[in-house]
Amino acid sequence: MGDKADVWQGTLALMILKTIETMGPLHGYGIARRIEQTSGNLISLNYGTLYPALLKLEQEGSIASEWGVSENNRKAKFYRLTRAGRKQLNQEARDWEQTTAILARFLSPTEDPA
Amino acid sequence: MKRLRAWILRTRGIFPSQRRQRELADEIESHVQMHTEDNVRAGMNREQARREAILKLGGVESTKQAYREQNTLPFIETFLQDLRFAVRQHVKNPGFTCTAILMLALGVGVSVAIFEFVDAALIKPLPYPEPSRLVNVTERVALIPRARLSYLDYLDWKKLNTVFSSMDVFTGDGFALRTPTGSELVAGTRVSDGFFRTLGIAPKLGRDFYSGEDLPSAPPVVMLSYATWQKRFGGRADVIGQTVMLSDVANTIVGVLPQNFQFAPSGRAEFWTTLRAKGSCEDRRSCHDLDGVGRLKDGVSVQTALANATAIARQLELQYPDTNQGQGASVLPLSEVIVGDVRPILLVLLGGAGLLLLIACLNVASLLLVRCESRKREIAVRGALGASRGRLILQFITEGLVLIAGGTALGLLLAYGAMQILMRLIPADMMFSMPYLRGLGLNLHAVVFALGIAVLAAVLFSVTPTLRLVMSEMREGLAEGGRGTTGTLWRRFGANLVVVELAIAVVLLAGAGLLGKSFYRLLHIDLGFEQDHLATLQIAAPDFSYSKDEQAVALARQVVSRMSNLPGVKSVALASVLPVSFNGNTTWIRFLDRPYHGEHNEVNERDVSSEYFTTLKVRLLRGRYFTDAEDGSKPGVVVINQALARQYFPGQDPIGKKLIHYDLDPKTSREIIGIVDDIREGPLDSEIWPAVYYPLNQAANPYFALVVRMSQAEESVLPTLVSTIHQIDPNIGTYDEATMSQRINDSQTAYLHRSSAWLVGGFAALALLLGAVGLYGVIAYSVSQRTREIGVRMALGAQRGSVYRMILTEAGWLTAGGICIGLGCSVVAATLMGKLLFGVHAWDVSTLAGVVAVLAASALLASYVPAHRAASVNPLEALRAE
Repeated sequence: MGDKADVWQGTLALMILKTIETMGPLHGYGIARRIEQTSGNLISLNYGTLYPALLKLEQEGSIASEWGVSENNRKAKFYRLTRAGRKQLNQEARDWEQTTAILARFLSPTEDPA
Repeated sequence: MKRLRAWILRTRGIFPSQRRQRELADEIESHVQMHTEDNVRAGMNREQARREAILKLGGVESTKQAYREQNTLPFIETFLQDLRFAVRQHVKNPGFTCTAILMLALGVGVSVAIFEFVDAALIKPLPYPEPSRLVNVTERVALIPRARLSYLDYLDWKKLNTVFSSMDVFTGDGFALRTPTGSELVAGTRVSDGFFRTLGIAPKLGRDFYSGEDLPSAPPVVMLSYATWQKRFGGRADVIGQTVMLSDVANTIVGVLPQNFQFAPSGRAEFWTTLRAKGSCEDRRSCHDLDGVGRLKDGVSVQTALANATAIARQLELQYPDTNQGQGASVLPLSEVIVGDVRPILLVLLGGAGLLLLIACLNVASLLLVRCESRKREIAVRGALGASRGRLILQFITEGLVLIAGGTALGLLLAYGAMQILMRLIPADMMFSMPYLRGLGLNLHAVVFALGIAVLAAVLFSVTPTLRLVMSEMREGLAEGGRGTTGTLWRRFGANLVVVELAIAVVLLAGAGLLGKSFYRLLHIDLGFEQDHLATLQIAAPDFSYSKDEQAVALARQVVSRMSNLPGVKSVALASVLPVSFNGNTTWIRFLDRPYHGEHNEVNERDVSSEYFTTLKVRLLRGRYFTDAEDGSKPGVVVINQALARQYFPGQDPIGKKLIHYDLDPKTSREIIGIVDDIREGPLDSEIWPAVYYPLNQAANPYFALVVRMSQAEESVLPTLVSTIHQIDPNIGTYDEATMSQRINDSQTAYLHRSSAWLVGGFAALALLLGAVGLYGVIAYSVSQRTREIGVRMALGAQRGSVYRMILTEAGWLTAGGICIGLGCSVVAATLMGKLLFGVHAWDVSTLAGVVAVLAASALLASYVPAHRAASVNPLEALRAE
């Protein structure tokens, strides 16, 4: 477990939004599992931290929730992306790509063209 | 936008909702179950699977907690938590809480109650439109800064001035009102036609006076005060147009004044009639009986108006040197004239209340500090568990706020009660001259004022624990383990608070002492006569049967002879004006054997019966009194007072000299036959003016006062005096029956001095109590902190006496500091209230010495109890308690 990364501040929201976009409406447990799978089990996610993050996104209007029935016929709360959420996702994904691209330039071995 | 939305939703989350709690629980539960099922599928047994799921979640409760924090605003949530904790803390310490809240409530209550009076009297005293433009306009002479106007002067001033948009006059009057049961004397005011328009008052019913209706030729009309309309006319609308007989003149009622109308100088007036200048006084430029009000034109200042009025007075002086020489002008804001008398006392009271409030706050602050010290350990533990310093400070501030909220709420209730009591203490007579106090109650101003106090107190109470926490290392608290030496901060700061408290107590005590002494001096001033066993009564005989001199003289003689026959009566006298009422009703005299340059030798004129001086027991210095036989048929004689002899006959014998009215009317030539001691004609604190006493039989008047000297119990004879007068003639009006002592004790001067002395005395007593409690608290706390030290000292051989000395020395230094600072401040404070002091200096040594003695004794008492406890420490136990 020791080499697993924690979730960086602020990136959890982006992961949640992306997950919901990819998977369609999904319950909290599903989102958590999906994030772990997507990370190739590199992230150690405390599932409990997911719920305040979901609430914050909902308060901000990026996602909406309603009760539904899971694949195993269990009552669960499903979260779906709103129009504002989709916009936010695109914006933040772009920002993030830019940031990583910049950092990548710093960190990759220098390819001196000259 | 996004943020705002989230905030609004979170604010809603402050209020706990059952539904949301349940939903959250359901959601978590479904999460755990789904996870458990997955785990079971992966091969775990059911129990292990569930345990694993919860572990992965990070705990059900902590998840819910994190969710709740996101669901609401943490700082409000924190505040509410602190609030709950603070309330619990306070409930756990009922002694501390009650003391603190009571002290605060006392301070707030007293301050708010006094502020209400200040608000009513000084901030909004005149219920008229644009009150700041209203001024009192009168003449001014050397002896009287605010003299009255003569009718002819008024007409000239009104015509010539360029500063008033309107100027009007009023004068008090009394009317004999015909009622079914006989004749009743009622108070009224005669005003010029535009009087109510100048004030900006429109009648509630009927019409205002037309212009020109105040001329002697106009038919008599009257307006009713609202109370009179209700009381005497049943509030009927058809009174307009009816006639009412006032002193046997038929007046047509034309209007009724509004219910909230008030005019302090004519507080009692029931009937408002037009001026319709009357003979005998108002046709003479030298007879001054009117008071003026003017409304300043836009942009004209009081100074400009005064300059204009002075210029007009100067012009009239040149035009009519006989009558107007030395007649200047006075223009003052109307509010100044109406509340000028009570302003200094109210300001002193407000100051006193403020100081009391300050003591109360300091006391509570020092209590909080002590508590803060004794909770060092709690603070240290909470700090060690991760509470930030800010969080801890916030906790203490919240606790202070709870106290303040309680104190302010209780204080407002107290203020309401105090106001009711104070209002009831104001005698009805006094209330007439202070109509602005009517309807006093807790209003918006008072509540805002109380909130202001609360905010200041909150700042004070926040600063103290903050300082404590910021200046001390939290770890100390743990290391010391809550025992050991007194905090250095406490020594440096907390103990000094009590010095300030004691200093304030000294200031209030000194103020009370000086005011008390002033009052004593005032009541024991030399009156020039003996006030005991005198009964007095004012008499007004109707003009229509007593206007001729012989009729008035006959009435006077009849009154004296009837009264003399009453049982218990030793002697009876009559006077135009009773002593200890006012300086005024003056005349201008000159001396035939001296050069004269038109100056006005203004002296009090009093017409008295032959028994007057013997009845009042006034000392005869030279010459003789007049006899009853000296009436209009005999040569004119007068008695003068010592002040007149000293001023006009220095080094000469006035007996046998002649004085005459300034207009040289030969009928007014009088021979001086006696000199009497100075009788105090004006209020208790007034100057002695030169006075001339004329025989009533040579200057008869149907309005006079009766003075009866009784062998004992003068109060019980008062009703008999009234009924005896009515036996002589039921149409004679009587009023103001009172004993001389009552008149003096109830006079406005005595009343103002008495009430300020009592109220400030009350404040001082409370301040002394709070100061002593504060000192006790400080010393007791210090002793409790030093128990171990004392134990060690005693184990090493210290005597009980030296322990006493040690503790009392500590208290002594604090007390001495308080006394020294307090004495310095008292002299300054007393100088500021100089106007209220009478016959004492601000630095009156005996008063200040008394204050020091009282405070030192109280301080000794307050510190003796803890010192005794310290000296009774059992060294073994003190050391074992470690």
